[in-house]
Amino acid sequence: MEAGIVQSIYDLKEYLTGVFAERQREITVHDTAFVAAKRARAFEWFSKAGFPHAALERWRGTDLSRVLSHEYQASPAPPSAELDIDSIFKCDVPHFETLLVTQLNGWYADRQNLIRVFPNGMIIGSLAAAFIKYPKLIEAHYGKYADDSSESLTALNTAMSQDGIFIYVPDNVTVEQNVQMVNITDFKQNLFLNTRNLVILGENSHLRLVQCDDSINHDITFINTVSEVKVGRNSTLDHYKLQNKDDHTTLINSMYFHQDEGSSVSTNGISLNGGLIRNLSHITMSGPHSSADVYGLYLMDRYQHIDNQVLINHAAPDCESRELFKGVLDDHASGVFNGHIKVHRDAQRTNAFQTNKNILLTDKASIDTKPFLEIYADDVKCSHGATIGQLDAEALFYIRSRGISEANAKILLMYAFVADVINKISIPELRQRMDDMVKKRLRGELSQCEQCVLNCSTHEHEKVEFKIDLSKI
Amino acid sequence: MLSIRNLKVSIKGKEILKGINLEVKAGEVHAIMGPNGTGKSTLAYVIAGREGYEVSEGEIIFKGRNILELSAEERACEGMFLGFQYPVEIPGVSITNFLRTAINEQRKYRGLDPVPATEFLARMEEKKQLLELQEKLASRSVNEGFSGGEKKKNEIFQMAMLEPSLAILDETDSGLDIDALRIVATGVNKLRRPDNATIVITHYQRLLEYIIPDVVHVLFDGRIVKSGGKDLALQLEEKGYEWIRNES
Amino acid sequence: MEKDQNNILDEVTNSEYKYGFFTDIEMDTAPVGLNEDTVRYISAKKNEPEWLLEFRLSAYRNWLTLTEPSWAHIHHPPIKYQDIIYYAAPKRKKELKSLDEVDPELIETFKKLGISLEEQKKLSGVAVDAVIDSVSVKTTFTDTLSKYGVIFCSFSDAVQNHPDLVKQYMGSVVPSNDNYFAALNSAVFSDGSFCYIPKGVRCPVELSTYFRINAANTGQFERTLIVADEGAYVSYMEGCTAPMRDENQLHAAIVEIVAMKDAEVKYSTVQNWYPGNKKGEGGIYNFVTKRGICKGSHSKISWTQVETGSAITWKYPSVVLMGDNSVGEFYSVAVTNNFQQADTGSKMIHIGRNTKSTIISKGISAGQSNNSYRGLVKVIKRAENSRNFSQCDSLLLGDKCGAHTYPYIKAENHSSIVEHEATTSKISDDQLFYCKQRGISTESAIGLIVNGYAKEVLQHLPMEFAVEAQKLLAISLEGSVG
Repeated sequence: MEAGIVQSIYDLKEYLTGVFAERQREITVHDTAFVAAKRARAFEWFSKAGFPHAALERWRGTDLSRVLSHEYQASPAPPSAELDIDSIFKCDVPHFETLLVTQLNGWYADRQNLIRVFPNGMIIGSLAAAFIKYPKLIEAHYGKYADDSSESLTALNTAMSQDGIFIYVPDNVTVEQNVQMVNITDFKQNLFLNTRNLVILGENSHLRLVQCDDSINHDITFINTVSEVKVGRNSTLDHYKLQNKDDHTTLINSMYFHQDEGSSVSTNGISLNGGLIRNLSHITMSGPHSSADVYGLYLMDRYQHIDNQVLINHAAPDCESRELFKGVLDDHASGVFNGHIKVHRDAQRTNAFQTNKNILLTDKASIDTKPFLEIYADDVKCSHGATIGQLDAEALFYIRSRGISEANAKILLMYAFVADVINKISIPELRQRMDDMVKKRLRGELSQCEQCVLNCSTHEHEKVEFKIDLSKI
Repeated sequence: MLSIRNLKVSIKGKEILKGINLEVKAGEVHAIMGPNGTGKSTLAYVIAGREGYEVSEGEIIFKGRNILELSAEERACEGMFLGFQYPVEIPGVSITNFLRTAINEQRKYRGLDPVPATEFLARMEEKKQLLELQEKLASRSVNEGFSGGEKKKNEIFQMAMLEPSLAILDETDSGLDIDALRIVATGVNKLRRPDNATIVITHYQRLLEYIIPDVVHVLFDGRIVKSGGKDLALQLEEKGYEWIRNES
Repeated sequence: MEKDQNNILDEVTNSEYKYGFFTDIEMDTAPVGLNEDTVRYISAKKNEPEWLLEFRLSAYRNWLTLTEPSWAHIHHPPIKYQDIIYYAAPKRKKELKSLDEVDPELIETFKKLGISLEEQKKLSGVAVDAVIDSVSVKTTFTDTLSKYGVIFCSFSDAVQNHPDLVKQYMGSVVPSNDNYFAALNSAVFSDGSFCYIPKGVRCPVELSTYFRINAANTGQFERTLIVADEGAYVSYMEGCTAPMRDENQLHAAIVEIVAMKDAEVKYSTVQNWYPGNKKGEGGIYNFVTKRGICKGSHSKISWTQVETGSAITWKYPSVVLMGDNSVGEFYSVAVTNNFQQADTGSKMIHIGRNTKSTIISKGISAGQSNNSYRGLVKVIKRAENSRNFSQCDSLLLGDKCGAHTYPYIKAENHSSIVEHEATTSKISDDQLFYCKQRGISTESAIGLIVNGYAKEVLQHLPMEFAVEAQKLLAISLEGSVG
């Protein structure tokens, strides 16, 4: 590593340390004593560890030094109370009924209504407001699942984030609508953003959550999002993450799920564009008979980089986890997959399965995959598989022999390769839209400039007939 | 040979066998019939000493000795053989190796020296012919990649090699085509001797056309509700289990 | 084979670590501790040329700047490098002309090891080089081999008699600063084996080295260098034992293999260093760097290992696939019981085009042990059309042990295919009951099932070794299931 780059990392850390010290009052304005203590300790962690570097096992293959060498502005001011969210963002997925929750530059956007309480008891609002209004819930869950000690960017987030989205679903509530969280950045300078979300599901509750990341500005942006998700006994969470950012954006999305007995979590991350994306899904199954499904799909090209980190902690017996990650890397794109299944002592009768499959389209693209198993119980069924390969030449020939151009034949096969991840999406409208977007992405028609990840107003025109039954090939 | 008295067995608190009485004498073939889920396989497993069953009452006397306290391998060494309904695959372990280990452990139990290699191989050869087994079968791993029929033939082949005093054949006929069924049955018949006994557990009467039982028992809801000669099997075939249900 | 298996099973019942005897031989030892003088002492003892002393000293200086690696899944109290004796040799009274002149005690040792030199020599046609406490004692078969131009001798002899070859290849595969333990070895290695197969020669016998640590407080630092010239073939076997001692002993070896165009080297190891007792006291710390380079096109290097011994095993036999169309293989069975820890696997570095590698690893953990597979498969841009297949399975016996899999896979071109599969399971109750119903005791059943599980690897061992390996597998797991 060049000395100059080390210097710039140091600079950004210095800068953030300065912001933390000089604007302390601003940053901590909504803190309760509990939150303040978390913040102070987290800052210590970050100060000690600094930014992650490639020598760390969990950061191998993802080099932040280039994106950290830019100058950023951190801790932007909250939007004005007159902000009209509709003017910035409108989701137009047909028939996609969602309860929209927006964030602008890390702040809960609806400044007039910082907390909304729904008739069924669900609460959605600003996390900063919840600090003060719901101290009991905050103290029971905030900062409890996120791991400040081993991920310094999570520590930085705990130290510096000022707001984010707070969702609370009480016991025995099934939320009928899909809740859609949209994180918009609109800033006229380079932005370094720490946003924090907290989602709490009580017992026997059910929630579908769609998380979209979107940007309006074209300046360099570093988004460091941490979400803590508690899923109570016998509750279910369906979570989708859609990432379609421009190439100037670095997105660090760390999700910490904590599951109680009998709960199930399904999380599906679809990454279509982004300069550098690192998704962390950290799942702890603390009660028996829980299940976790973790899916991911990534289609990267140019100089984009994608890193998916999955850590599944089987801390209780009789739980099951399934992981499926698939990706296609084109041009100079690079990818990292690190799946880590840890079966703790006494977590007997665990079933844990993990698959990562990759296709490299060029000799400039690369993938680094690390499917780890760490097992301390004996009555387990665990397996993992990883493959790196290319499109099947024979299938390609077969399709071409039916008169389809080579380019379209490739798209067909790529689509067939990733389709099983898309098919895991259980919301039909969303699945249809993702399906369309993936096809567009594969044809190179999906622009990152479009306003919303779901806002694809251009009409879908079929260039390739996708109805060929590929299973017959 | 075998005498079961008032055997009551439950699994995880649920009573499966509700007082079984059974007498099997040397030289006899008994058939136990009954619809699915009446406890036929449970009975076989309990006799063979599989763990996980709670015996709440009764006793199993084998060759004059209550064997309930004996481990599965001790019972096997005493001369008990179970032909599995679903024979287990043991990857990488050849049948030859497996059988040699089994025979020698049984011999050790009885205070005998290991069987000499030539004698062992000769016996393998002889029994293979008995069951019309393919030459290469013996070098394959135990049950690994075997067809249903091959698995069942292999069970009888092992029985022939181990020469038990009591063989319990659990649904040995299921999944067999007519040729395999004939071979299996012929094997069993040829192995019949005045000093051994066989219990055939089956769902259908079909097998009993080939292996003629001395006694047929009908197991129903954890109890032997009817016993009789080989005609009982025919009656069952004709009238179905409903007939028993109505009678009992 | 079947017959042997049976004998093995009989033996299962009556042995703990049967190689745990200690032979009282007069030893020549270096003063305790490590500094430049120790390095000079060893070099002087061995009457080495200046360049070799320089090699050692530069390695020593490198070692001082390195730190012990900490990434492996192993834990141990700090190794006190200054408490170790770095050189221990059986005292030679005079030059040995024939086997008869070898110290009778030593011959006795080899008899106990089951490798009577004489018998080996006469019956099995295996050429044996025995290394006891770092010094090669006797190399058999030298004359026969020399007819073919095969050089097989102790490393020290090679330094004296074939300095050019040694100088050319030593450190060319494992540089002296490769890692902490490689640097340590490069500084203080005392002996080992050297083997050179000339162009076009198919070595007529299996070559074999037995390693034995005998003296207390000594470390063993041997070095093996195998060079197979164009079109040559050799199969090489390595066995290891050590006496039972309460303290831990350090073993840090290096094996380097060079395969030129069309050459093939098959390297088999049965590692049975003393694993420590049931409480986890004592045992060998085995930190070994093994690497081969497929230098020429169509060359092949194949590693097969059966690891049952050592308190700690840290080794990753690797192949650098430099030549186009070259092939690398790694077959491993690692058994850990009681408090043993193993972190082992392989590295396959694909550099040449159309290169192929296979990794088959079978880990078996019992007791309170931890058994990790750690491997790297790397395919660089120019290694077009390369292929790797890895299969890493773990078997768990008991609920206090751990089985871990840490594969690292990195691919940088689009015409290669890399596949990795891994499963973790235990011996099923159904399998155990099936065996028991046939009269087989639990212990034997486990031996049987485990050997079946490891068969895919064992079948790659030379016959002589396969038998010993099967025996070891069963013995190592003795008492692991209650």
